[in-house]
Amino acid sequence: MNERIPLTLMISRALERRLPMIVVSPLFAASLFFVYGFIAWSIYISFTKSGVMPNYAFEGLQQYDRLWATPRWSVALRNLFVFSTLFIAISMAIGILLAILLDQRIRGEGMIRTIFLYPMALSFIVTGTVWKWILNPGLGVERLVRQAGFEDFTFDWLVNSDYAIYTVVIAAVWQSSGYAMALFLAGLRSVDDEILKAAAIDGAGPVRVYSGIVMPMLRPVFLSTIIILAHLAIKSFDLVIALTGGGPGFATDMPATFMYAFAFQRSELGVAAASATMMLMTIVAIIVPYLYSELRGTRE
Amino acid sequence: MMRLVLFVVLGVFCIYYLIPLVVMIATSLKSLEEIRAGSLLSLPQEVRLDAWGKAWNSACVGVRCNGLQPYVWNSVLMTVPAVLISTMLGALNGYALTKWRFRGADVIFALILFGAFIPFQVVLLPMARTLGQFGLAGTVPGLILVHSVYGLAFTTLFFRNFFIGVSDGILQAAKIDGAGFFRIFFGIVLPMSIPAIVVTVIWQFTQIWNDFLFGVAFTVGDSNPVTVALNNLVNTSTGVKEYNVDMAAAIIAALPTLVVYVVAGAYFVRGLSAGAVKG
Repeated sequence: MNERIPLTLMISRALERRLPMIVVSPLFAASLFFVYGFIAWSIYISFTKSGVMPNYAFEGLQQYDRLWATPRWSVALRNLFVFSTLFIAISMAIGILLAILLDQRIRGEGMIRTIFLYPMALSFIVTGTVWKWILNPGLGVERLVRQAGFEDFTFDWLVNSDYAIYTVVIAAVWQSSGYAMALFLAGLRSVDDEILKAAAIDGAGPVRVYSGIVMPMLRPVFLSTIIILAHLAIKSFDLVIALTGGGPGFATDMPATFMYAFAFQRSELGVAAASATMMLMTIVAIIVPYLYSELRGTRE
Repeated sequence: MMRLVLFVVLGVFCIYYLIPLVVMIATSLKSLEEIRAGSLLSLPQEVRLDAWGKAWNSACVGVRCNGLQPYVWNSVLMTVPAVLISTMLGALNGYALTKWRFRGADVIFALILFGAFIPFQVVLLPMARTLGQFGLAGTVPGLILVHSVYGLAFTTLFFRNFFIGVSDGILQAAKIDGAGFFRIFFGIVLPMSIPAIVVTVIWQFTQIWNDFLFGVAFTVGDSNPVTVALNNLVNTSTGVKEYNVDMAAAIIAALPTLVVYVVAGAYFVRGLSAGAVKG
């Protein structure tokens, strides 16, 4: 009897010691299965001749050849490039401007910040629906300007294949520039006031202080904002669907809508998997170095 | 003078951000005749709520004409469990990975975290098949599973960032007193992580309620979440285009997250900046 108590105690101690691992294991296993397992499956499928149904016979790079030979994919890539460049540049410019203005000890700052940021609480579908209405050539902005007396004004970007991609930029900037503002404002608030005071005493004007001293100190904020916005841009799907449906034709297709169309509408699994793999590789190239440097920084 | 310019610029941007909301509300309250005759920016001459009623319970989404109401319930039934599950598991995960640093904890965290950034396109096809094999294809429980699994990376990140800032002293003292993993978690850690829980719940709620990709890929018709239903409603091409109904429907779909934002904006912003990994 006397010997059994320490034994059960030992077992429960050993169990207790491993409990954190026991708790984490199923969650980690879920992540291995649903993230890494699925990624592996998609990548493998991209090397097979899967069409409507998965076909596990290895076929090399054929699906990639087909993907890159598809004009619609080139359009999607060009759109992604145009969209993300403009989206990131404009959102950053607005974000920096508003953050600097808000950093001037403004009365009602909380209120103004709330207004700048509320679009982030909306879904891209809602944003797309609203901007589709505002930008529609019949009753929207075009008519508003005509009513103001400019009878010949035309603004048909939404239905014009050459310009429709810019309407996606307009709506996306409206939704996400407040986010850039919030990130920059947090960065500005972390700059030591003493440095600014010292610069002011040295006779540096506000422009010099911001361009010469503050901005260089915010380099990490610039980097993380660009990465977050780029990440948003590469994944953008909902907004395109709601605003233009990828059209006119497929003029506003992006990789995400391309992948969806090939996977669920045209049932070309191989090409869909190949395009998803291309998207993954792009994100990995951007995110992994970033995560690596961020995590190394926080590790005690 | 400088201050005046400052306020003018800020004011102009306030208008820029607010105009779509104003247009949305104004349009939803107008009659179709007034929309056709009037101007985009004018306020309704006569406030009418018909469009709201129609958007709620009689507008056609695809072939069914019951309005958004059933889909709002789908979204509620999907969002609430998914938020609770992913937040709970994230808290447990973050706690175990930071406060009981066993060997490999950092690697496990990094591997889990990566899941927060993948383009979900790369998991759509295998997920659709897996849901089919589980018998969950096209169902709300299926979506709960999907959102819980892919939300876990974010919630783990949030809680890990929070727990890293919590001193180990109290936990060491509790461990010496003989308190175990779960006693410490429920008795000490959870009560002090209320702010982190609020941030995570708000973030997850906004993400899951607003999700479109998983909803459109994994559900059909009756089990669509409200975002998918809204998109179908707006793009249903039969009959006259009713912009007032579209706008009322958009507001209905946006209202829950908008209310959360207005009530708990500060926490929402914290979630946003936590999305920048370090917070």
